[in-house]
Amino acid sequence: MRFRDHRVVGDIMELATRYRDEGADELVFYDITASPEGRSVDRGWVRRVARVLDIPFCVAGGIRCVADAEEVLNAGAEKISINSPALADPDLIGALSGRFGSQCVVVGIDSQLTSAGYRAYQFTGDPDCTRESGRDMLAWVREVQERGAGEIVLNCMGNDGVRRGYDIEQLRAVREICHVPLVASGGAGAVQHFTAVFREAGVDAALAASVFHTGAIAIPDLKRALRAAAIDVRP
Amino acid sequence: MEAVIIDSGGANLASLQFALERLGVRAAVTSDVRAIAAAARVLLPGVGSAEDAMQRLRRARVAQLLPTLRQPVLGICLGMQLLFEHSAEGMTECLGVLPGAVRRMQPARGRPVPHMGWNQLTGSRQDPLLEGIDPGEYFYFVHGYAVPVSEVTIAHVHYGEAVSAVVRRDNFWGTQFHPERSASAGARLLGNFLKLT
Repeated sequence: MRFRDHRVVGDIMELATRYRDEGADELVFYDITASPEGRSVDRGWVRRVARVLDIPFCVAGGIRCVADAEEVLNAGAEKISINSPALADPDLIGALSGRFGSQCVVVGIDSQLTSAGYRAYQFTGDPDCTRESGRDMLAWVREVQERGAGEIVLNCMGNDGVRRGYDIEQLRAVREICHVPLVASGGAGAVQHFTAVFREAGVDAALAASVFHTGAIAIPDLKRALRAAAIDVRP
Repeated sequence: MEAVIIDSGGANLASLQFALERLGVRAAVTSDVRAIAAAARVLLPGVGSAEDAMQRLRRARVAQLLPTLRQPVLGICLGMQLLFEHSAEGMTECLGVLPGAVRRMQPARGRPVPHMGWNQLTGSRQDPLLEGIDPGEYFYFVHGYAVPVSEVTIAHVHYGEAVSAVVRRDNFWGTQFHPERSASAGARLLGNFLKLT
């Protein structure tokens, strides 16, 4: 099942140092069950990871107010990413970007194509809690930018975990209306999927989890392939 | 203290502190003018808005002290921008240590704003801060405002147009990027700063 059965991927510290040493350009730490469980990401974890990382570090998971965000940033995160809490309280986006600057505020959007078009989903970290938020995804993309989001991570739920490639069509539709950095998420299974999403959807970054965790794709190999395809990435 | 980090009210000072810690330096985060004046080196980081940061620096009387400092000072990101005379962000009077003004970046197709990501330096000049760093090295940028290239620019970055990436006049240096989040190249730059006297 695509969103079910989130795998335990081993020690987080070990992964963080491995990705740092392999040349990852940013690490995003998602505590995906925080929102459905009504809690917020553990500050101690953030601090431990931040201490060893020398690359950008974005943290997500149940950040529901300015004070939550401040604690997470003080623990060493660069950016905070909000998803379900932003859908519950859209004013949170403006409050966070007013206090910390929009460059600090990432809005994650879980999207799925339905008969009513692309819709934004909430609480996707727990399949039993997942629900359609009542919002049209593209309208939400416009709104979060107006409210001060500095970056958008679009997770295409239909592709997530199936490793058949990013949802180029959906990401292109978002790119058309997205004036802040856009990060593709969901679907990476092979090196050519990354090349395709940069070339065809014009995203600023591509996020992946399982292919890296399992070692299916090694970051140095991926970067070599991207550079060979004339995509400008740090070696 | 070997180095202090000025508390400009930004929330994520921990990442800079951790980066210095990895280089073996424990830097206090402070807004105390005596501690800052006595430090061998001073780092001025900053996230948030120019207006908010300047207000905090003035209230703590750090804004009055900073231009008089003679030891090496490194402004990072917003901290670099505050070294200039004026910022378009909130139409804010800044420290005026470096000549020029900070402008808002304009988004364009293929060039979203804020500028976030790893970009290569170009046009690097010889400087002890850049010692041993490849002139085309990648650094991590996160900013929505920028300083045009001028006589104080010692390296720039192309993002639609050329903007200042590293600046210097006398004992004041600044980087628009975040060395504390720029992997080994960033560590090298911070290490170079910690050797300046």
